[in-house]
Amino acid sequence: MIELEQVAYGYGTGTLLSDVTMSLAQGSFHFLTGPSGAGKTTLMKLCYGELVAEQGSVALFGQNVREMQRDDVAEVRRRIGVVHQDCQFLDHLSLAENIMLPLTVSGRALHDPSELQELLAWVGLQQQANAKPPELSGGERQRAALARAVIMSPDVILADEPTGNVDWDMSVRLLQLLVELNRMGKTVMIATHDMNLIRSAKSQVQARVLRISNHQVTAAGANL
Amino acid sequence: MTLLSNILRFLSGDAQADRVVPPTGFTARLTVFASAAMAFLAVFALAFSLATGRLADRWGDALAKSATIRISAPADQMDAQLLAVTEILATTPGVKEARPLGEDEQRALLEPWFGPDLPLDRLPIPRLVEVIEDDEGFDAAGLRARLAGEAPGAILDDHARWREPLVKAATRLRSLGLVAIVLITALAGVVITLAASAALSANEQVIRVLRLIGARDSYIAHAFVRRYTLRALAGAAVGTVMGALALFLLPSAGAEGGFLTGLGLQGWQWLWPLVIPLFAALVAFLATRQAALTTLQEKR
Repeated sequence: MIELEQVAYGYGTGTLLSDVTMSLAQGSFHFLTGPSGAGKTTLMKLCYGELVAEQGSVALFGQNVREMQRDDVAEVRRRIGVVHQDCQFLDHLSLAENIMLPLTVSGRALHDPSELQELLAWVGLQQQANAKPPELSGGERQRAALARAVIMSPDVILADEPTGNVDWDMSVRLLQLLVELNRMGKTVMIATHDMNLIRSAKSQVQARVLRISNHQVTAAGANL
Repeated sequence: MTLLSNILRFLSGDAQADRVVPPTGFTARLTVFASAAMAFLAVFALAFSLATGRLADRWGDALAKSATIRISAPADQMDAQLLAVTEILATTPGVKEARPLGEDEQRALLEPWFGPDLPLDRLPIPRLVEVIEDDEGFDAAGLRARLAGEAPGAILDDHARWREPLVKAATRLRSLGLVAIVLITALAGVVITLAASAALSANEQVIRVLRLIGARDSYIAHAFVRRYTLRALAGAAVGTVMGALALFLLPSAGAEGGFLTGLGLQGWQWLWPLVIPLFAALVAFLATRQAALTTLQEKR
């Protein structure tokens, strides 16, 4: 679904990623780890077409990102749900409207309005449906971002430090939600430097751990 | 039908899509105010252009069809020369009507300068003959030659000497009015472009979120374009009504007022201001669309 072939990327004169080759197969579950500044967020952005590789190629659902038109990138992003560390929302819209936003911009609607209630219940935000994003806590925002990422039923979920601003209990809760999505057949990649979170996933899912080190991505030992 | 249905669809919009752009106070007010002010000025520029156009037509057509023969002769020859002039005119091709002005008419012409008690009968005032041309017009040079031979005291004034610069001036004023309308339109486009660009820059975060979740650039641009087009339409409608009202309240035209009191619109010309809000909306649509697409192109 997402394939990187000998990808290199840097900012200014510095190289951040070099000779990165990896692929995310359908239904797989990956952790992407490494120290802060190693390039986890950059790699994630390459995986949903926000950045274009300086060298090598990135293929999203068989299409080379470098050859994509803007509308093609938009179409691809409808198949990739992204959860950011800083959870960007439109602050003038309610939580429910923010979660529905991917449907709104693609001109679609839910088949049944009760689906939104089910989604809100799944992430535990039924009571906050009409709240504005600035009124939510960090954990609530992370769960809302996850709900927004999955409302289009995407094939891939990319979560960049989804537990960075929440306590341990909420981290475990978010991990469980992502594991549930993987069980539904979604491809999941979580970027995190929290090794405890990776260990806690051991009993729940078959996950591959990728580590960024010295600008390159390597498999970090056996499956968890 | 396709264009009309596209316009109707654009105007009716999508309530959900409209909400993705946050209400931005400053740029919204700037757009509405600029559109209202430009429309107000455009109404006056339009009225000015139409009024000078009317003036040019009047001077050009009405005066071009008339001429005056002035007879200066000793009192004992005056009637004979007047008779000779009348006979010449009666046989001159292109003359539709020739009529000597009566004493009262000449008094009325001189009254503004010399007052009502002018003793015309005791003054050596020339006699005037008003000549109306037909559509073909007469040969001024030939008529002058005949007058010189048969009525030496008669001089033909075909108004060309003072009519031409007046018509030229009125025509140029009309052109200046049109230039003013073009400048106002361009200025409106610039102001709305700046306001839209400022709004797009201020909403960089909104654009980033919308792109992240799969919004196409055309969708994002449309949301901004529709909002600014409707604001410009509303502002220009208010400005046009205010401008038209101000024109309506100008003093009514009268002979004493001359050009200034004739500045208002007349008859079907009152329909022209209706075009201004629509034109303002079109300018806003094009300006905002260009600004949005350029800004989005720059932000990969």
